[in-house]
Amino acid sequence: MVHVCTVVPISLTVGANRIVPAVAIPHPLGNPKLSRDEEKVLRRQLVEKALQALQTEVDGQTVFER
Amino acid sequence: MSKLRVVHYINQFFAGLGGEEKADVKPEIREGKVGPGAALAAALGQDAEIVATVVCGDSYYNENLEVARKTILDMVKQQKADLFIAGPAFNAGRYGVACGDICKAVSQELGIPVVTGMYIENPGVDLYRRDVNIIKTGGSAADMRNAVPVMAKAALKLARGEELKAPEDGVLEKGIRKNMFRDERGSKRAVDMLIAKLSGQPFETEYPMPDFDRVTPNPAVKDISKAKIALVTSGGIVPKGNPDSIEASSATKYGKYDIEGVNDLTSDKYQTAHGGYDPVYANEDPDRVLPVDVLRDLEKEGVIGQLHRYFYSTVGNGTSVANAKGFASEFAKELKADGVDAVILTST
Repeated sequence: MVHVCTVVPISLTVGANRIVPAVAIPHPLGNPKLSRDEEKVLRRQLVEKALQALQTEVDGQTVFER
Repeated sequence: MSKLRVVHYINQFFAGLGGEEKADVKPEIREGKVGPGAALAAALGQDAEIVATVVCGDSYYNENLEVARKTILDMVKQQKADLFIAGPAFNAGRYGVACGDICKAVSQELGIPVVTGMYIENPGVDLYRRDVNIIKTGGSAADMRNAVPVMAKAALKLARGEELKAPEDGVLEKGIRKNMFRDERGSKRAVDMLIAKLSGQPFETEYPMPDFDRVTPNPAVKDISKAKIALVTSGGIVPKGNPDSIEASSATKYGKYDIEGVNDLTSDKYQTAHGGYDPVYANEDPDRVLPVDVLRDLEKEGVIGQLHRYFYSTVGNGTSVANAKGFASEFAKELKADGVDAVILTST
C-alpha cells in the first residue's frame, strides 16, 4: 500500500510505510489553479510516483518526495 | 465498623496446585487467604479481611467461560462479599482474561467494587479495561511486592465509594471521558504545557494520543504492468447523494462502490461526503481526491495491469482509530480475496 496524503506527519504517526506527499488538503491530487490539462498532468505525475513507491523495496517508513 | 469482606480470585499456579498440568482444575473455594492473599491481606490492613479465596485453572476458565463465570459468581455471592480482587495476573494471558472476565461479571451482577492487576500487554487489558479497574503491574510475579499494595489501596478507595484516578492510583485508563472542573482555564494550561515542553521540562498531556501500531512493509510489487491496483480513500468520495449516508465526521461506516466502465469521476455522478475540508474542489472534480481518470489511462496504456472494479471510501474526519481499523480489517480481506496486488490510499 502507498499512502498519497497531504499531511505527511499524520501519515508517519499512523504508521504508513510508503508515503507520497500530495498537493493540498482539499485537493490532494489536483490543483484548481491549473488548466484542466495541466492539472491532469500533475495528477498523473503523483500517481506515477505512487506506482514507483509500490515498486520500491523499503525497510521502514519512507517518504517519496516529489 | 465491621471489616470489609473480601473475596480473592487466583489461578492454580498461585494457589500452589501446579502449573500447566493443573490448568484444567475446576473452580473451588477455600476459606481465608491463599498464596498471594497473604501479602494482599497485609496490605489491606485492619479494615478488610479476605474471607475466602476462589481458585480456578486458567485453561478451565477460558475453555468454559460461561460455566466458570456462573459457578464463581455463586461462590462470591454466598460469601456476601463487599469487595472482589483478582490476581494480579501480570503477563499471563489466560489468567488475565479470567481475572478480567470474572471481575466484569462480579461488578455487573453483584454490584460490588472489583480490582485486578495486569501487565499492559496482557490480552486481558484490551478486552476488559473499559469495564474493570485494572492496576498496572510489571510483567512477572517479581513485581508482586509492588503490585499488591497498589491494588489493596485502590480496592479500599473503591470500598469507601471514592473513584480511582489514572495515573495516580495506578489504574489503567478506561478510555471514558468525564466532564470536570479545573482551577485554570484550558488556554492557560495549554500554554503552560507548551512552555514546559519548549524548555525541556516534564509535562503531562490531558489528551494522550492513541497507540498506533506498526506493520512491517510489504515487499515491492514485482511487475506493476500485471498488477491489479485498488483505490481506497479517507477523503469521502461517494456516488452523488451519498447512498450509504457516510457521516461527514466521526464516520461509523465505509462504502464500496463499483466503477466498472467509469473512466472519469465527474461532478454530476460523484461528490465528497467529508465535512472536514472545503468540499468545493472535490465536488467540482472528484478525481482530485480519487484519481480514477489517471488510473484508467494507465490501465489502457498497459502501465498497470488493471484498476480494481471497486473502490472503498470513508470519511477520515474525527473518525476513531478503532473504527478505522475495523473498516480496514474488513475490506482488506475482500481486497485480498479479489486478488488485488496493491492499494493506493488517498487522504485529504
